[in-house]
Amino acid sequence: MDFRLTEEQLALQETLRRFIARDYDFERRRSLARSPLGYSAQAWAQYAELGLLGLPYPEEFGGLGGSGVDVMAVMELVGQGLLLEPYLSTVVLCGGLLRDAAARALKEALLPQIAAGKLKLALAAYEAAGRYELAHVAATAVRDAQGKGWRLSGRKSVVLDAPSADYFLLSARSSGRQTDAEGISLFLVRGDAPGLTLQAYPTQSGGRAADLDLQDVPVDADAVIGAPERALPIIERAVDQGIAALCAEALGIVTALNEATLNYLKTRKQFGTVIGSFQALQHRMADMFIAAEQTRSMAIIAATEAAGDQPAARRRAISGAKAYIGRAARFVGQQAVQLHGAMGVVDELNVGHYFKRLTMIDMTFGDAEHHLARFSDALRVEALGAAP
Amino acid sequence: MDLNYTAEEEAFRAEVRAFLAAELPADIRSKVRLGRRIHKDDFVRWQKILYRRGWGAGMWPRRYGGADWSVVEQHIFDEEGAAAGAPPQIAFALRMVAPVLMSFGTAAQQNYFLPRIISGEHWWCQGYSEPGSGSDLASLRTSAVRAGAHYRVNGQKTWNTLGQYADWIFCLVRTSSDARPQQGISFLLIDMKSPGITLRPIITIDGEHEINDIFFDNVQVPVENLVGEEDKGWTYAKFLLAHERTNNAGIGHCQRALKRLKEIATRQSENGRPLIEDSRFRDRIAELELDLMALEITNLRVLAAVASDSRAPGPEVSLLKIKGSEIIQQLAELQMHALGHDALPYLREALEVDWVPPPWLADHYGAFAPPLTGQYFNYRKTTIYAGSTEIQKNIISKLILGL
Repeated sequence: MDFRLTEEQLALQETLRRFIARDYDFERRRSLARSPLGYSAQAWAQYAELGLLGLPYPEEFGGLGGSGVDVMAVMELVGQGLLLEPYLSTVVLCGGLLRDAAARALKEALLPQIAAGKLKLALAAYEAAGRYELAHVAATAVRDAQGKGWRLSGRKSVVLDAPSADYFLLSARSSGRQTDAEGISLFLVRGDAPGLTLQAYPTQSGGRAADLDLQDVPVDADAVIGAPERALPIIERAVDQGIAALCAEALGIVTALNEATLNYLKTRKQFGTVIGSFQALQHRMADMFIAAEQTRSMAIIAATEAAGDQPAARRRAISGAKAYIGRAARFVGQQAVQLHGAMGVVDELNVGHYFKRLTMIDMTFGDAEHHLARFSDALRVEALGAAP
Repeated sequence: MDLNYTAEEEAFRAEVRAFLAAELPADIRSKVRLGRRIHKDDFVRWQKILYRRGWGAGMWPRRYGGADWSVVEQHIFDEEGAAAGAPPQIAFALRMVAPVLMSFGTAAQQNYFLPRIISGEHWWCQGYSEPGSGSDLASLRTSAVRAGAHYRVNGQKTWNTLGQYADWIFCLVRTSSDARPQQGISFLLIDMKSPGITLRPIITIDGEHEINDIFFDNVQVPVENLVGEEDKGWTYAKFLLAHERTNNAGIGHCQRALKRLKEIATRQSENGRPLIEDSRFRDRIAELELDLMALEITNLRVLAAVASDSRAPGPEVSLLKIKGSEIIQQLAELQMHALGHDALPYLREALEVDWVPPPWLADHYGAFAPPLTGQYFNYRKTTIYAGSTEIQKNIISKLILGL
């Protein structure tokens, strides 16, 4: 049993830490968030040079063959630096999906391009009426007149990093009812495909996203990723890996917020003394410390279980981690703002931005309550020893 | 990052499991599992069985009869023991006074006491708290005055656990009141049969006799029963705390209680359906299970760090104490809530393992209900004893956060 990061993982984190201090301080980050692109193209190129963009892919596809824990090490620093680049969408979600489910030729064509920083993708899997349910797919896929390709129609909501995506991985249904697990296929769709319209917007935490409208968007037959009409399990697995990455990002933010808050308690003076000398605040800070340690433990569980191919065991770990971290991070974020007093709600201080990002992480891919319900349902099945 | 046990550790787990299956007496197992009263003889019988196997004190060094277990092996042993329904070993002797004797005791003290502790011959209890000295332990006033070859001890200890079973008590006593409160304290070993010792049971809100007041009225204690140096007892007490806290999270105990809670919630019915079908109740179990999942890993992280750095656990064990005690309390609370109105009956006789409920009650009530409400009341102690939650937070903010 060993819970330490390897020398390589620590070195990678140190590199990112230096990069953030040198090229990505809080002021720079604020101006990037307000820029038209919403992130730094230069930083993206640097990530490619560092090997970060190919981290979780096999070497034969231009990657480094990294593990879930490697991704965790990176995402922790993505959190600490509040990095805005579409790492989660391109590298973890879509790249991970291609790695796990695409045909070899497609992997050879796309993964090295992602690793080189030349290609960005976004996952279009959620719809407004489905809330956090990936099986809810009303978007349709119909065979075209020649019977070779497909025509896609429908809407996808809050597609993260959509405005900068060269391609979308998009779920659409060719059979079954709107919420059936079967009948869903996953398509590779060009960002500039005819019939595809984006309503783009910034997100609350500084990123970019869009709602998608598709009207008879043509795609080729070879644009189907994985087995036709059986795509739900691979999408769920990719989102689970995305959730593990978000858990690690949250861990990085919780760590940074605790550091900032502790520093504030030691320097801010009122009533003639540092406010950290007051027991009410000391105990709050102790609770935040405990929450951070428990968050790290859950992020470790998520990182080591996310790639598992036993859906039930994976779901238990991932939903458990997302539910737990959602609440623990909510507590730390709210208390960090509280202990900073009015400074906590000021746009010029990083604390409020950390808090907003933590909050949006909770709202992404299922909030704490959603995942608690999933974990709880699994508990019911386990206790009763029968299918629901 | 590797969350797996080594092959050797897995083999050890299998060995422990097989041993428990073969050697843990069925009557003791049943009492522990059902939450019935466990008597002195049960604890001692189990200690003697462990001793015969060479596991009387696994964590102790071999030269004292231990098995040189690592913290991870001890954790595996505790976890398996709890899962199998083994009673806990008596920490006051094995994990508290013994390490102090090994580090600070005389050869004569070690040679006399340690073999009798590990074999189960001597039962030890603790004399720390006093009516005026709880969290502020260093303010203690029980005095020991040197008179020739003896100390004369006068005063009162309280919240003493299971002293009614004890052969010996280790006490913090005041030998000097000149300097800072911490500096005039000594660590004394006192024979419970000494004239002048009176024990008064304190009945706790569950109706049980677990703790006591102990009065010392001119009790004569031979000077050879002083541990280490006079007035240096506070140092030994702090050393002892570090050892006491190695099993602070009580993971195995919590896991057993969680499993039990699920069984109870599956057996209890609500409108003809198992209670566990009620998502409002089930979600509360789920939240607790998540807290425990996180604590299991946090606990292993602390153990792994202690093992790889070869050091005593540091202030991070305060976190384990806080979370472990809160979780076991909440598990007990939910177990009681699972009973619904069956939480109300108070049948003292039902806590004995040979209690036979009337057949028409046996099915739902007799099987598991009687101890649960009392256990809920009893476990309110867990966030109070051994350094209350508030004291643990003081430790975290001072020693970890530097506030």
